Amino acid sequence: MGGLQIPMEHVLTLAGLLFSCGLLGLMLRRNIIFMLMSLEVMLNAAALAFVAAGAKWGQADGQIIFLLILSVAAAEVAVGLGLVLQIQRRFKTLDMDQARRLRG
Amino acid sequence: MMETLFYLAAVVALAATGLALTRANAAHALIYLIVSLLAVAVTFFLMGAPFAAALEIVIYAGAIMVLFVFVIMMLNVGEEGITREREWLSGRNWIVPGLLAALLLLELVIALRHAPTTTAGVDVTPKAVGLTLFGPYVLAVEIASMLLLSGLVGAYHLGRRFIVRRERRGGAS
Amino acid sequence: MASIWLIPFFPLASAVLLLLSTGRMPRQFAALLGAGSVGLAAVCVALLARAFLADQEVREVTLWTWMTVGNFTPRIAFYIDGLTVVMMSVITGVGFLIHLYSIEFMWEDESICRYFAYMNLFVAAMLLLVMADNLLLLYLGWEGVGLCSYLLVGFWYRDPNNGKAARKAFVVTRIGDTAMALGLMLLFTELGTLDIQPLLAAANSQWQTGDTLPILATALLLGGAVGKSAQLPLHTWLPDAMAGPTPVSALIHAATMVTAGVYLIARTFGLFLLAPPTQEAVAWIGLLTLLLAAFAALAQHDIKRILAYSTISQIGYMFLALGVSAFASGIFHLVTHAFFKALLFLAAGTVIHCLHHEHNIFRMGGLRTRLPVVFWSFLIGSAALAALPFTSGFYSKDAILLSAWEVPGIGPWLWAGGLLGALLTGIYSFRLVFIVFFGEAHHEPERQPGWKMALPLVLLCALALAGGLLVLPLAGVFPHTGHHQPNHLVEYISIGTPLLGLLIAYLLFLGRQVSIDTLVESPGGSALRDFWLGGWRIDPLYDALWVRPYTALAHWWRKEPLDGVYNGVVTVVQWAHHKLIATQTGELRWYATTMVFGLVLLVAIMLRNAA
Repeated sequence: MGGLQIPMEHVLTLAGLLFSCGLLGLMLRRNIIFMLMSLEVMLNAAALAFVAAGAKWGQADGQIIFLLILSVAAAEVAVGLGLVLQIQRRFKTLDMDQARRLRG
Repeated sequence: MMETLFYLAAVVALAATGLALTRANAAHALIYLIVSLLAVAVTFFLMGAPFAAALEIVIYAGAIMVLFVFVIMMLNVGEEGITREREWLSGRNWIVPGLLAALLLLELVIALRHAPTTTAGVDVTPKAVGLTLFGPYVLAVEIASMLLLSGLVGAYHLGRRFIVRRERRGGAS
Repeated sequence: MASIWLIPFFPLASAVLLLLSTGRMPRQFAALLGAGSVGLAAVCVALLARAFLADQEVREVTLWTWMTVGNFTPRIAFYIDGLTVVMMSVITGVGFLIHLYSIEFMWEDESICRYFAYMNLFVAAMLLLVMADNLLLLYLGWEGVGLCSYLLVGFWYRDPNNGKAARKAFVVTRIGDTAMALGLMLLFTELGTLDIQPLLAAANSQWQTGDTLPILATALLLGGAVGKSAQLPLHTWLPDAMAGPTPVSALIHAATMVTAGVYLIARTFGLFLLAPPTQEAVAWIGLLTLLLAAFAALAQHDIKRILAYSTISQIGYMFLALGVSAFASGIFHLVTHAFFKALLFLAAGTVIHCLHHEHNIFRMGGLRTRLPVVFWSFLIGSAALAALPFTSGFYSKDAILLSAWEVPGIGPWLWAGGLLGALLTGIYSFRLVFIVFFGEAHHEPERQPGWKMALPLVLLCALALAGGLLVLPLAGVFPHTGHHQPNHLVEYISIGTPLLGLLIAYLLFLGRQVSIDTLVESPGGSALRDFWLGGWRIDPLYDALWVRPYTALAHWWRKEPLDGVYNGVVTVVQWAHHKLIATQTGELRWYATTMVFGLVLLVAIMLRNAA
């Protein structure tokens, strides 16, 4: 089955919308788990933009960058969730407004 | 007809994302997020990137989200945590983040005004992706492998101490 | 004569040995080495002088080339002509007598070793100064004697006042030395050499009389001479330099070092003849200094300060002589002055020594019968200082005054000023004699001088009396200044003036015919006395003009105002740090929000640029 000819404007707008949603979640939520989810959304939006760009030229490069983003997301989630466990253990909360020991 | 399918998937993805990020219960949010990812996988498939679509489902929706599920179950936030989340989501907390996100979106839309072309409408097969990946992009493969290895070591380190301490504490009591 | 180098070598080697002993040498040995080395040098000089008088031949000895920098190759070389022989004889002869005297004077001082080391170093440096064949080597000796002067003025360094006097002597002379160094540089860049004889020849062929360059060069050299010889306006260090041991004052601050300026001008007289304005300035500086110092000497009551001011005054006469081109007379006065002023200082030192460090003349008195040797020495020295007839000072001063009289134009003025100075000299020198040795006794002397003190006094008495009969071998050095026109009236006045001074001193201080007290106690009189006692208030003037502004500036700079700029930067950075630290809230969402804010801004800028 061949690919569709979808206007780039629409695909990229979708990516932008998803990215903005992720950003909104990042700034809005206080729970670290939701922040990590927002990061996932943002990464996914960026990946969508890359895949769309690859599809525009009919080349594989966009999907390869998607693969890279995928591995970054996997590594990030692994380490990030480990940190979540530590935060929960040390601060007895997941509220990032409470964990502010780095205050100058 | 197929184009309609794309826009439908786009709407689903947006709606699921919006719902995911506004849930108070983390498990519910996760399900919505998975839905969003699946919808994005559909758009990938429709743009002629079947390999990416498969990976999106298998790794993103499959593996990564399962990790989230495990952690949420380990933390076991409970009912009062959910009510607290709901409190945090209300009121003026929305103003500044909403404004900034809207501004950025506006800027992105303005930047995309003049992009009249469409996607090429050809399939980029997994074979083509594989040839390119292990051809010109072999260095990227190495980098990705290093990254995953360090992620593995880091996660093991962080998680192991957590587990060991808990065991010790449990034994002492 | 190949062994000329031995003359400065003996005292130098002795100084090195004494310094290396770090004061652990037995005092008998130190004294033997210190005085003996100068004695050996004196013997060598005597042999040299005999040979020179026999053949009148200029001797040049090159030891080695000091350094080679481009076309600048100063040598360690000596140039021995009549002037050098005269100076060397004075330095080693008088120097030896003073060293001999020092043995007894300093016997009880614990650092006698250091004393002789400095003294020998001084003699070596002074010999180097007068023997040098180029101006750079001369400058080495010049600075060497300055160093020794500093070390010896501050010899008793445990009293902070002595250290202060030493620093003052060093710094004030350094001002002159700087001028002199500039003069040397100017001479080298203009004439291409510092060897004195080629330099004078080159100057004569390249420069016309009255050109700017010789005037500038000689003015700079004059600055050095003025500083070293304690002339106006750099004379203020010499009265304070009396803080050193008295033999030091006799050797350095009366007989030899302070006359180095006179020697310098006499040695480079060819340059000064090319610069008539500078030479006239020399004369006027000499005249003003001799009058000013003579007035100041009238009011002092410290025996050594009186002698110090009289030294300044007598060197003023020498400058006057140089200023009127009577170079030979100036050097003649230098020699006789070395005799009688060394005699006076040594006699004064004996008085101080025997009266247990008493300096105030009004607490002395009646010593005529108690210290007869010292009395006769002092009397003869004062007579020579006042230029009473047939003493050595009479011949030399008379020659200077006659030369001054014969200068066309300003001559009579100079002569009259010099005459007034001679009158004052008579008054203050016999005031000293009458107050110290006549009248009633206030103190019994604790001891009598031994032979080591008495012998130099007796020998110097003979020289001070008969020194005027010496004929100095200067004919080949200086141009002949022409015949003195016999002018009997002028000569009679010259002879009579010191006698008048003696009479006034007698009336005021011994005969009490005129009460000095009423003079001094009148309001004007006491003000004048205080004014002269303070040396014309020049020290406070310099203090206000230079020293205090300089120290204020130094204090200001010590706070490092330039650092304020850098400290200001630090303050701003620290201030900004404390302000910006407020943004470091530790809240993750705050960081995310600010990042998004920045992102929005960046994209906006990019959009604007793309548009």
